[in-house]
Amino acid sequence: MFQPTIVVVGNGMVGYKFCEKLLAKSSHFNIIVFGEEARIAYDRVHLSEYFNGKSADDLSLSSSAWYVNNGIKLHLNDPVQEINRAEKTVHSLKGFTVKYDYLVLATGSSAFVPDIPGVEKEGVFVYRTIDDLDLIKNYAVNARVGAVMGGGLLGLEAAKALIDLGIEETHVIEFAPRLMPRQIDSAGSGMLLSKLKSLGLNIHLNKNTAAFVGDHKIEALKFNDDSSLPIDMMVISAGIRPRDELAKLAGLHTGTRGGIIVNEKMQTSDECIFAIGECALYEGMIYGLVAPGYEMADVVASYLSGNEKGFYGYDMSTKLKLIGVDVASFGDAFITEPDCRTIVFEDTHKGVYKRINISNDGKYLLGGILIGDADAYNMLLQTVNNKIALPPNPEDLILGSRGAEANEGAGVMSLPDDALICSCEAVSKSAICSVVNDGACGVDDIKKCTKAGTGCGGCVPLVKDLIAGTMKANGQYVKNVICEHFEYSRQELFDLVKINKVKNYDLVLDHFGKGDGCEVCKPVVASILSSLWNDVIVKQDTIQDSNDRYLANIQKGGTYSVVPRIPGGEITPDRLIVIGQVAKKYSLYTKITGGQRIDMFGAHVNDLPEIWEELIDAGFESGHAYGKALRTVKSCVGSTWCRFGLHDSVSFAIEIEERYKGIRAPHKIKGGVSGCIRECAEAQSKDFGIIATEKGWNLYVCGNGGSKPQHAQLLATDVDNATCIKYIDRFLMFYIKTADPLTRTATWLNKMDGGMSYLKNVVINDSLGIAEKLDEEMQQLVDTYHCEWKEVVENPALRKRFAHFVNAPEEKDPSVKFEAMREQVKAKW
Amino acid sequence: METTTTIDIEWILACYTDDVPENGGACVKHGDEQIALYNFSRRGEWYATQNLCPHKQQMVLSRGMIGSTGDDCNPKVACPFHKKSFSLLTGECLTGDDYQIKTYPVKVENGKVYIGMV
Repeated sequence: MFQPTIVVVGNGMVGYKFCEKLLAKSSHFNIIVFGEEARIAYDRVHLSEYFNGKSADDLSLSSSAWYVNNGIKLHLNDPVQEINRAEKTVHSLKGFTVKYDYLVLATGSSAFVPDIPGVEKEGVFVYRTIDDLDLIKNYAVNARVGAVMGGGLLGLEAAKALIDLGIEETHVIEFAPRLMPRQIDSAGSGMLLSKLKSLGLNIHLNKNTAAFVGDHKIEALKFNDDSSLPIDMMVISAGIRPRDELAKLAGLHTGTRGGIIVNEKMQTSDECIFAIGECALYEGMIYGLVAPGYEMADVVASYLSGNEKGFYGYDMSTKLKLIGVDVASFGDAFITEPDCRTIVFEDTHKGVYKRINISNDGKYLLGGILIGDADAYNMLLQTVNNKIALPPNPEDLILGSRGAEANEGAGVMSLPDDALICSCEAVSKSAICSVVNDGACGVDDIKKCTKAGTGCGGCVPLVKDLIAGTMKANGQYVKNVICEHFEYSRQELFDLVKINKVKNYDLVLDHFGKGDGCEVCKPVVASILSSLWNDVIVKQDTIQDSNDRYLANIQKGGTYSVVPRIPGGEITPDRLIVIGQVAKKYSLYTKITGGQRIDMFGAHVNDLPEIWEELIDAGFESGHAYGKALRTVKSCVGSTWCRFGLHDSVSFAIEIEERYKGIRAPHKIKGGVSGCIRECAEAQSKDFGIIATEKGWNLYVCGNGGSKPQHAQLLATDVDNATCIKYIDRFLMFYIKTADPLTRTATWLNKMDGGMSYLKNVVINDSLGIAEKLDEEMQQLVDTYHCEWKEVVENPALRKRFAHFVNAPEEKDPSVKFEAMREQVKAKW
Repeated sequence: METTTTIDIEWILACYTDDVPENGGACVKHGDEQIALYNFSRRGEWYATQNLCPHKQQMVLSRGMIGSTGDDCNPKVACPFHKKSFSLLTGECLTGDDYQIKTYPVKVENGKVYIGMV
């Protein structure tokens, strides 16, 4: 079979990418590559990392084996000298003459070296190839002061390289009045300037270099204004020049300021010769970035393999980190009023400058510039490229949403399917999502399958978000299962148990799980059953956590503690005496708890029913201190005694505690009621906190003490008692139904999409249409309340379980020992 | 060469089958020894181990939750204190710590549960 021969001149990033793309599309070409450098293609974008620990091998895009395995004949260190278009041959430096059917010129660009006297002196370098870098590296060993000519993107990269090489004093000399004039506006440039100066870089703007001074090596720069700067070395990075000399020699059309003229198929004036990358001039423009170069490579590869495709310009948006400072420009960065409206945010303290240009009707984002903080770059670029309608307050795009209303809608998943995620490799959102749908779940998988993220790497955060978003949409994300026995989240299992009206653990396991259960799923199911049916939990005692099984908190040494409910912290002297008497009789250690009640420690498991019998006789009830349930509603003394109190916080706290006592939830619940803004009940650290106002109560929810304290957030303002209770009903029931196991309300809220504004909508505005149901479900739990200790005390079969030895029920655990401490006892173990 | 060793097992009467809650445990006193006895009714099996959790030296394993782990449904008990899990078959710690607890054979006859003392 006839195999057309394709000769590629240039083995840079774009030349390499062309080979890769062509191989992917067709295998019936004979490919021959000529490269001027001795190295195989390497990553020029990340060149400065060479001074930052990366080796030449690290930067390499491929290996010699890759060329061999793909049947590519590679000539390194052998630049093409001449093209004979009539014979269709190329002639190389080493003397090879090769016939081509198609010729692809990927000769790239060279550093522009201005014609300044003394430029040939020792110590003057360009910054373009690994060889250049090696020269700079060797020379820098004996240099103290270095200068870079050029304050553009590459110049600042070079300055970074000098800093990394340990040059003590680095100067940047720019002819123009500002840095990076191609990418950013003058305000952004000013911000970048002060930021870079603060990092120790010396920047000289409006400086025109007249001569490089020195005997044989460079010793100083002399400027047009007659000033001078003594330096030890100089790196020129003042722009690029397309390598079009070979094309010119062959009589191909080139631009007056350089560049090989191409059409939209990247064909030069000779239809068998193509030019791609930085050497190509399309509609008067050189595309000096890698992404459009790759796109050009794709256009030619497509054309040669029979698929027509055109190149019609390219988005030149860029984001990079220059000496640790984020710099990005995207879309139409320079458009100004009256053609658009501009929103600018400037923070000279932090060195942040952000500008977005929006259409006059406020609907679309046109472009912008980010300095100092470019986290929003990817989403902003997508917003421009996909013409996504702007939110009502476009400033949120650069300022972030302020206040409680989080803008959760603008995520990656809202992008259209054809949104270009990786512009280096031209990978769309749908391409990435479909790979995820096929089972990929990591960035590495995506890189392997689509090549997205393998170019500049800037899209990797977007790719990650897309993976997570797609997996979540498929319901497969980090599958939030309870344990190895249940492939469901708690919320899913809750609904299944409810719909199927299952009332015991074994049946739940038979219907929805597998195996024999474990210490993880048993208490979860126990909690669900309790939250749904509110039956006496000790009827299924062996699925309860130890504390719930014995309705007491197990303590060091294997004894238990006893906490009767003291609603709102209010207790009569008579009941105090009863607690004292019981504690004395059973030798219990007593302490006031953090929740305004009294804990009695050191009870033998055998004694628990008798202790509770006495407490219940005196009118006490279980305090549920052992359960994932309502603990206490703490109160201040309120308006009945306190001269500041606005309302009767104690009465309200008692009412609320009585209402929710015994209700089981994914985790413990604590409440607080304060009678005025002084907040003595510390209600804002509770799962729900109520604070009296002049007009009623303010309700706060999802606060937390513990290891990660979090203030509760305002849910409702100036509500009356009934409304306050209604909102707490809905809030708690919603939490009970949807939270993961052992998740406090604060964490639950933190994980909730839409956060507080979403919760507010559910609870107050009934956005899910479930409020009535939540009300009913809560009322059912309230109506089925029972004191579980009373149930045990009155039931001989349940009482029998409270023995240490099954074969010696009267005997207490002999391993339990106490010792004296401050007139009380403590466990010895 | 093969030898057969006959081990003398002393079977002690622990309790009646309904003394131990279904799918749960109870503690049996044998002299100074405390033995945790488990009624794995879901599987129709009985197990016994020492009652002491070796992690924090607490006499509590009989109050732990039982269950199984892995594809082969290895029966286990989790200590109520810090959820260290132990195989009911071998006594090895299943939660990655270097602990070993003692296990005992159990037999049930006529509604009575016996623990074998080796």
